[in-house]
Amino acid sequence: MSDKKTNRRDFLFTATYAVGAVGVGATIWPMIDQMNPDASVKALASTEVDVSAVTPGKTITVLWRGKPVFIRRRTQEEIVEARSVKLEELKHPQTDQERAKDPEWLVMLGVCTHLGCVPLDQKGDYNGWFCPCHGSHYDTSGRIRKGPAPTNMEIPEYEFVNVNTIKIG
Amino acid sequence: MSDHEYTPKSKFGKWFNDRLPLLTLANHLTDYPTPKNLNYWWTFGGILTFCLITQIVTGLVLAMHYIAHADMAFDSVEHIMRDVNYGWLIRYIHANGASMFFLAVYIHIFRSLFYGSYKAPREIIWIIGIIIYLLMMAAAFMGYVLPWGQMSFWGATVITNLFSAIPLVGEGIVTWLWGGYSVDNPTLTRFFTLHYLIPFLILGLVVLHIWALHVPGNNNPVGIDVKKPSKDTVPFHPYIVIKDGFALLMFMIVFAFFVFYSPNILGHADNYIEADPLVTPAHIVPEWYLLPFYAILRSVPDKLLGVVAMLSAILILAALPWLDTSKIRSAVFRPLYKQFYWILVADVLILGYVGAMPAEGLYLLIARVATAYYFLHFLVVLPVLGLKERTLPVPLSITESVLGGSPNPAIAKNKESLNN
Repeated sequence: MSDKKTNRRDFLFTATYAVGAVGVGATIWPMIDQMNPDASVKALASTEVDVSAVTPGKTITVLWRGKPVFIRRRTQEEIVEARSVKLEELKHPQTDQERAKDPEWLVMLGVCTHLGCVPLDQKGDYNGWFCPCHGSHYDTSGRIRKGPAPTNMEIPEYEFVNVNTIKIG
Repeated sequence: MSDHEYTPKSKFGKWFNDRLPLLTLANHLTDYPTPKNLNYWWTFGGILTFCLITQIVTGLVLAMHYIAHADMAFDSVEHIMRDVNYGWLIRYIHANGASMFFLAVYIHIFRSLFYGSYKAPREIIWIIGIIIYLLMMAAAFMGYVLPWGQMSFWGATVITNLFSAIPLVGEGIVTWLWGGYSVDNPTLTRFFTLHYLIPFLILGLVVLHIWALHVPGNNNPVGIDVKKPSKDTVPFHPYIVIKDGFALLMFMIVFAFFVFYSPNILGHADNYIEADPLVTPAHIVPEWYLLPFYAILRSVPDKLLGVVAMLSAILILAALPWLDTSKIRSAVFRPLYKQFYWILVADVLILGYVGAMPAEGLYLLIARVATAYYFLHFLVVLPVLGLKERTLPVPLSITESVLGGSPNPAIAKNKESLNN
């Protein structure tokens, strides 16, 4: 008899706590989610860039989602260098073919994967990029070769809209 | 704690105090029995309270003129410096005040390390202190972002990117912190909000810190308990008030020197260039007070482990009361610990120095050795030392140590050799 009574009360407690927890969660979530990127930030998701003035051996830097994007028209030597590297030598193995659809054009986020600094062009031990903050060296394909960065510089989604225009994002 | 019951003299005072015992609290604070052998290293609690109040008051005034917007923040700071009446003074006090705050807190922390103030029964005081220290670092970091100069922007980028080292959810957390895909206006406005909030959280914790202190009372240079009833203590007012006041004046001279004669020496010239998301300054270094931890971060060649090492270096302090196994509090009676203490001080200073240097070659090697030693001190030296060390005999009471005489000839003799 007393057991039954206790069970009934237990059920009420559990149900109350459960509904209470859902309510608290539902109240807190908007407070947390308001800090995520808002609609106006998300709206700036793609950028078109005119690359007609970029000659081989030249890099331009454009701003996309508040971050720099390197667009480099690589020289033949750089392409050969990037493609002759053995995958075993790489910390984050990726072939150059995966990273540059058109071998002449390398489009990547100019953000060091260590702590987000902007690496310097044509510097470092691998003729690619060098991050001055904590000393990461990247090769001509933007792959990490030496230093604390864990991964290669990221390749954003992009496409050639026409011969002279790249759409990033 | 004052042991006697307090009754206000005036009729109104009594009426009020029966309803809200504020006068009892005031009486407790003035009569609070304080060990009479406290030296000047004990004045930094009061100095830190002064620093906190200074930061809150000057910060409040700056917030009346500052505009937290990525397009206007930099200009509004220059507006404060050039147009606002005494704006330059208020901003220089606030900016240098942060450095002075950390200078005082480091002395305060190392005082505790030397005299074993973190040991039982004062662990909670110590842990609250560590939380205050963490909040201070957060407040200082976010405050440094507000002028929106190059160091602000890139400092914010590097520090928020530390969270990206967390597996799986790291990137999501960083985007959430930023409110976008890079440090930008949403980041600035939330940092301003939090920078405004944190000092008041610290203020609340300071109240708890002092409350927890007033339960067992102050530690003291010989590290033994106060005997009750005895002549070991003096009332807080006027004895300690005057001593703290004098030390505060000395401290304010140093403070004023920085504010009036070299207000920018502790900052970086790069922060007078407006934030540019396309160009990272050649040398990113945090403010001086974060350099030892920055050196630890950079000495580890792996991203995640570097972040873990840096955070552990701070959090390990919270475990200190249990890592130090010695029953003797004060280093005065621990000949070996005293030497290891000074090695630790040197180690932290070395870490600070290499943290300001480029992370390569010899500097990197030194940083690695110093990082390893830092952890060795807390995880190996302290636990072992407490069990192995032959400590010196402690005096029987504070009064005895002050007067120098002792009924025990061995202790008196030992004291003489210590004084030489």
